[in-house]
Amino acid sequence: MTVIDDRPATVLGSRMLRREDPALLTGEAKYTNDLNLPGALHLALARSPYAHARILSVDLSAALAAPGVVAAYSGADLTGLWAAPMPCAWPVTADMKNPAHYPVAVGKAAYVGDAVAVVLATSEVAARDAIELIDVQYEPLPAVVDLEDALSDRIVIHDELGTNKSYQWDLKIEGHDGAIDEAFAAAAYTVKDRYIQQRLLPMAMEPRAVAAVPQPFGGDITLYSSTQVPHILKIMSAITLGIPEHQLRVTTPAVGGGFGSKLNVYAEELLCLALARKHKLPVRWNEERGENAVATIHGRGQIQDMELAADADGKIIAVRVRILGDMGAYLQLVTPGIPILGAFLYAGVYDIPMYDFSCTSVFTTLTPTDAYRGAGRPEATYAIERAVDSLAHKMGIDPMDLRERNFIRKDQFPYTAMTGLTYDSGDHLAAAQMAAGLADYAGVRARQATQNVPGATKRLGIGQASYFEMCGLAPSRVLASLNYSAGGWEAATVRVLPTNKIQVVTGTAPHGQGHETSWSMIVADKLGVAPEDIDVLHSDTAIAPLGLDTYGSRSLAVGGVAIAMACDKVIDKAKKIAAHQLEANEDDLEFAGGAFTVKGSPDKSMPLAAIAFAAFTAHDLPDGLEPNLEAHVTYDPPNFSWPFGTHICTVEVDVETGHVKVLQYVAVDDCGTQVNPMIVEGQVHGGVIQGLAQALFEVAEYDTDGNLRNASLAEYLVPAASDVPSLTLGHTITPSPTNQLGVKGIGEAGTIGAAPAVINAIVDALSGLGVDDVLMPASPQTVWATIQAAIPKTPSNGDSK
Amino acid sequence: MKISVTVNGTVHESDVEPRTLLVHYIREALALTGTNIGCDTSSCGACSVHIDGEAVKSCTVLAVQADGAQVTTIEGMATDGVLHPMQQAFMENHGLQCGYCTPGMVMAATSLLKENPHPSEEEVRIGLEGNLCRCTGYHNIVKSVLACAAGD
Repeated sequence: MTVIDDRPATVLGSRMLRREDPALLTGEAKYTNDLNLPGALHLALARSPYAHARILSVDLSAALAAPGVVAAYSGADLTGLWAAPMPCAWPVTADMKNPAHYPVAVGKAAYVGDAVAVVLATSEVAARDAIELIDVQYEPLPAVVDLEDALSDRIVIHDELGTNKSYQWDLKIEGHDGAIDEAFAAAAYTVKDRYIQQRLLPMAMEPRAVAAVPQPFGGDITLYSSTQVPHILKIMSAITLGIPEHQLRVTTPAVGGGFGSKLNVYAEELLCLALARKHKLPVRWNEERGENAVATIHGRGQIQDMELAADADGKIIAVRVRILGDMGAYLQLVTPGIPILGAFLYAGVYDIPMYDFSCTSVFTTLTPTDAYRGAGRPEATYAIERAVDSLAHKMGIDPMDLRERNFIRKDQFPYTAMTGLTYDSGDHLAAAQMAAGLADYAGVRARQATQNVPGATKRLGIGQASYFEMCGLAPSRVLASLNYSAGGWEAATVRVLPTNKIQVVTGTAPHGQGHETSWSMIVADKLGVAPEDIDVLHSDTAIAPLGLDTYGSRSLAVGGVAIAMACDKVIDKAKKIAAHQLEANEDDLEFAGGAFTVKGSPDKSMPLAAIAFAAFTAHDLPDGLEPNLEAHVTYDPPNFSWPFGTHICTVEVDVETGHVKVLQYVAVDDCGTQVNPMIVEGQVHGGVIQGLAQALFEVAEYDTDGNLRNASLAEYLVPAASDVPSLTLGHTITPSPTNQLGVKGIGEAGTIGAAPAVINAIVDALSGLGVDDVLMPASPQTVWATIQAAIPKTPSNGDSK
Repeated sequence: MKISVTVNGTVHESDVEPRTLLVHYIREALALTGTNIGCDTSSCGACSVHIDGEAVKSCTVLAVQADGAQVTTIEGMATDGVLHPMQQAFMENHGLQCGYCTPGMVMAATSLLKENPHPSEEEVRIGLEGNLCRCTGYHNIVKSVLACAAGD
């Protein structure tokens, strides 16, 4: 008997359309601020207009008298509500300085946007109107905006710390110290460059929104929040507010993007919870975009001093890195760890024997920084990939050639780097060669020879970036060695219901990534059931109590693998039931197409549906077997996963205006096995444009008084469709050997590769004019000014009349 | 002020404060929360709806200005349980990820094709420049609109 199965041979790897889409496309999906909560009070916050100021007095009387206002509080009024300061989960060193940080400032405001008072009113409009009536008297103090100025301690921001330096974190390799100095002294070539990672605003399209709904008599409280981390938020809120954890439920309705900015525990979440408990009423808050610009974390913010030493053949022998990191005014959830996430990646994809990394991080009077797509890894990749181009330029060889001389070779994997981490698998040369082919690298080089002549006004440039992404966060023991306060495992439950429908419960918390679709594909493939018979439950701590959420390209490589492992356990249990009922030996059964069959006796078989029902009735189960068909797995990955790839960008730079036109962008990414190539491509598209936006458009512009001058979407240049190109994608597939699916992760790869590829292309276009670096964002003004500064003061140069 | 607005084919007689924006009227008075708010500067286009068949950012219009108008929101696009061809094109081409910009993007894109039924890629990109997306990099949004125009 042949079982006819008209499903594709494997669901895994197909371009299955997303099950999430119909609700999102029709307006049926509910985001947090769509929730209807009758009787809810609306929270609004008065925020400091000063970057640094002593709070002398807070007069709430006019606000309290305003229509609709129920209550108003200063920071001092609320101190009794906090069991602990706001959490920082990553004390990277034992002596790290961490100022006490409360949801509403007491005594001092330390950045523009720092909350100084709150109002509760019966409508959002009434709450916001009343904020204008709060009279706060400030004694302005000097702002600290510049990182080196901050390090000098000329002005100390947090009096109790006595310094602006939060920590110094070193990655020193034993025995390298003296040797590295000798290597630099003896090197045929050295490069020493400074790169600036400008501050960026994450700008998820959905601003944050929070609602806390108490059950005053029942004792429980539910927090709705537009967050990436419902599980972490639950634990941290319980600790910070002294709420018994079992009485707190955190759930996220649809979440409109995060990019790291919603990987946090924010003042507004704690305020809604605390005030909902105090007032015994629902309390909600919707962030306005202008607030989002100053009150939601920023990304990047580093000065990178990068040095390479190479031998006469261009073989890189040593990397020395010094980072000055901008923490902002306070340490948010993982602020201090962001530069450390990049610390292992400054050798990039190259076989470099000596390594010396040190990061010093300082407080400034600016919005706190924290995770933003890539989080430390785009910064590291930018520095090494820019420095490699610098070295190639110095040696007078093609950067592609120099990269090929230094790539970790395919046969060196698994490769243990001098930093102690083991890279699982890779083939950098294959990815680079595929990218070069798609970009017509040789052809562009040939066109350059004819186009970039003296006097040319439109100069052609091509730039490459090859990257590693350290993701799949993370092996818990490695996190322990980095002083992170939690683990990096993920939980999954796979439950076969009596009618052979499947419930999958995951601890991941999607916000646009399509986990419901991808996870159902994994289970469909493992259990031989139709994807539409699988439901994926997530993002509600009452339904999925265990999990560590979604960030760091971890969801598939940790959470997806946990689901596959749970399926294996379900199959193991089902096999016991099948063996019992078929009166066969377990070893003689094979599972395929959703049924167990006795080897050699194809007529003796039992489908999963029958087993599920048998497990439910429990009429005839093996002795001692619990009557259910479900399994739970908590998976702690043995290693990070290491996606990689090469991006190549071709640009034309208008020398007269400084305008950069991207002619082509090629991204070749290898994320191991692809569960759904359509979703993989979508992640790359979005990531690349975010990285390209850092290179060309985006910067949080602060004045010397610490005011954010572009705190809106009218002024901060999130690119529109008309600002960016279509993309050319290629993929190589090098499965990870560390997990059964062979998957690695793709969420951040695009962002990691893009910024250095774009800037390398611009510098390449202009190198004939003496330009060796361009600051990000490479706006027309910046590019034009860079060209002007580089052109020797000879009147004929560049003049083609 | 008393207004009469037809939204998704249903006439609504309402009494609104003169300062009420159309987007707030739609979301709060009519409970049609598919229209999203992404900014406070009329930059992002997430709140785009159709007024008398043309895409308009509903945060740039007062509810009273819509008096007598025919308004269509994202909830009015699918009919009889069938997605509008533009919604279908977005689904088939992975033109959305988090979905927050999507209702506005679909409204803007359908309006664009009404004006220019067979746009070039460049025309689609320029036509959608008032609508921001942070997830897709626009690649698949553009692809979706072109596919819808081609009747794929």
